[in-house]
Amino acid sequence: MNTSDIFNFLKPKNELENQGETVENRPYIPDELWVKCPVCKNPVLSSDLNENKKVCPKCGYHFRIAARQRIEITVDEGSFQEFDADMVSANIIDFPEYTRKLKNAKINSGENESVITGYALIEGCPVILAVMNSQFMMGSMGTVTGEKVTRAFEYATEHRLPVVVFTVSGGARMQEGILSLMQMAKTSGAVKRHSDAGLLYITVLTDPTTGGVTASFAMEGDIILSEPKALIGFAGPRVIEQTIRQKLPKDFQSAEFLLEKGFIDAVVPRGELKATLAKILRLHAAQNNAEEGEKI
Amino acid sequence: MSAFDSVTAARANDRPTAVDYITKIFGSSFIEFHGDRRFADDKAVIGGIAELCGKPVTVIGLEKGRNLKERMERNFGSAHPEGYRKALRLMKQAEKFHRPVICFVDTSGAYCGIGAEERGQGQAIAENLMEMMTLKTPILSIFIGEGGSGGALALAVADEVWMLENAIYSVISPEGCASILWKDATKTAEASECLKLTSQDLFKLGVIERIIREPKNLDSTMFESLKNLIAQTFEKLGALDTGTLLNKRYNRFRKY
Repeated sequence: MNTSDIFNFLKPKNELENQGETVENRPYIPDELWVKCPVCKNPVLSSDLNENKKVCPKCGYHFRIAARQRIEITVDEGSFQEFDADMVSANIIDFPEYTRKLKNAKINSGENESVITGYALIEGCPVILAVMNSQFMMGSMGTVTGEKVTRAFEYATEHRLPVVVFTVSGGARMQEGILSLMQMAKTSGAVKRHSDAGLLYITVLTDPTTGGVTASFAMEGDIILSEPKALIGFAGPRVIEQTIRQKLPKDFQSAEFLLEKGFIDAVVPRGELKATLAKILRLHAAQNNAEEGEKI
Repeated sequence: MSAFDSVTAARANDRPTAVDYITKIFGSSFIEFHGDRRFADDKAVIGGIAELCGKPVTVIGLEKGRNLKERMERNFGSAHPEGYRKALRLMKQAEKFHRPVICFVDTSGAYCGIGAEERGQGQAIAENLMEMMTLKTPILSIFIGEGGSGGALALAVADEVWMLENAIYSVISPEGCASILWKDATKTAEASECLKLTSQDLFKLGVIERIIREPKNLDSTMFESLKNLIAQTFEKLGALDTGTLLNKRYNRFRKY
């Protein structure tokens, strides 16, 4: 039983095999005029899709979205101040191919790591934001990912601010060995201190969120939201199928499935996320201020 | 000895399991407690209380089973969410009664299956990581065989982590790593080297505090000296005030 494969989420097949290099099955929208929706198969004008926050206007399918665009559609214009933008990963345990994979991931995503963190306003409410990026090695969590998330929580604790995290991840980053596993404990520690300080943490799970990220900060929010149909699990579906030697039921591990099982608070379509976050943040704002809130 | 020799030794069928450690270190003082009070009793996790050099301790182990029948019952040491929740329940109980916690880790990983996902495997592990970080009592984790990824870490957010000389601790199984890296699950020996999963590698990386030397056949002298080491360590950790203990634990993981 290769149970630890779960930390390198096995879907879609091509993505895993070329981790961080090419992404073919569905996540990204090529620079073409027309895009075919993988669900309803209708052609959609690229510009329309972008305008619609990368949600298919015909069937509501949520395409994966790059972290920068996520920030753009979530925060008040011009309010985002990025933290630790220059922090980069190194091949710390001298793992084969990792240096090349990191280089490709940077080219592929235009980013330095699989998470972007910073300060922002959402409908005027100050938050510390962490947004993961599926274009960077399938959002896998390495030491820099864990460090940026941890620093974001520590900053939020110090300045008494709520945290909003958008997750998308294949799990812990195999190429950093045990040190990537340690990020699960490190980030969980920072979340716990933030929580013990009486501060609000909202997670927004997006497609896919699995492995070591699910088994750490993704599932540690006070309030856990998810985008529709997002795949959320600990083990990837292929690993489970290999383990139990049977086909999984349809919609197993979907956001709606987790909602039914009691593991998330609400499924919120992308178009309503900003307003929903703002509503929750406002309902907690008074409490933060009451505890000698320090504002930036 | 190569990394793959350690993998083979860590998985060997005749290797002592958590039950052996509990029996040899705590003898008849161990009382087993069952259940997570929410869903079921997961037999992949054994837990209870015992006496160590005259003092009460909470003992938790990931138990693989010592023969085929036991292994089936114990699900080969791969816990479901209720196993991690049972462990956390016993740890919270330890906190309440101010007794230290010792965890014996031996698992190829948390179970991957329908029921495990339905009942929130990820959530259960995440909760353990968070809660263990601030559990107000000393925690010691000893890797006695396999330390498979998140399923092992869920019992290893501790003040000190020790490994038996031939135990392993890894983010992914060598088979999983090889199938991703070379699309060939049989290249486990190469993958074992790459992952830096031996006790020596992990000591060098600063992930563990101590390596327990393994005498031939893991005889009773080892258990006796291990028992004394555990007692000394709990004495040392118990002398710290709670704030210091928790800060040290936070910083232990903060440094990675």
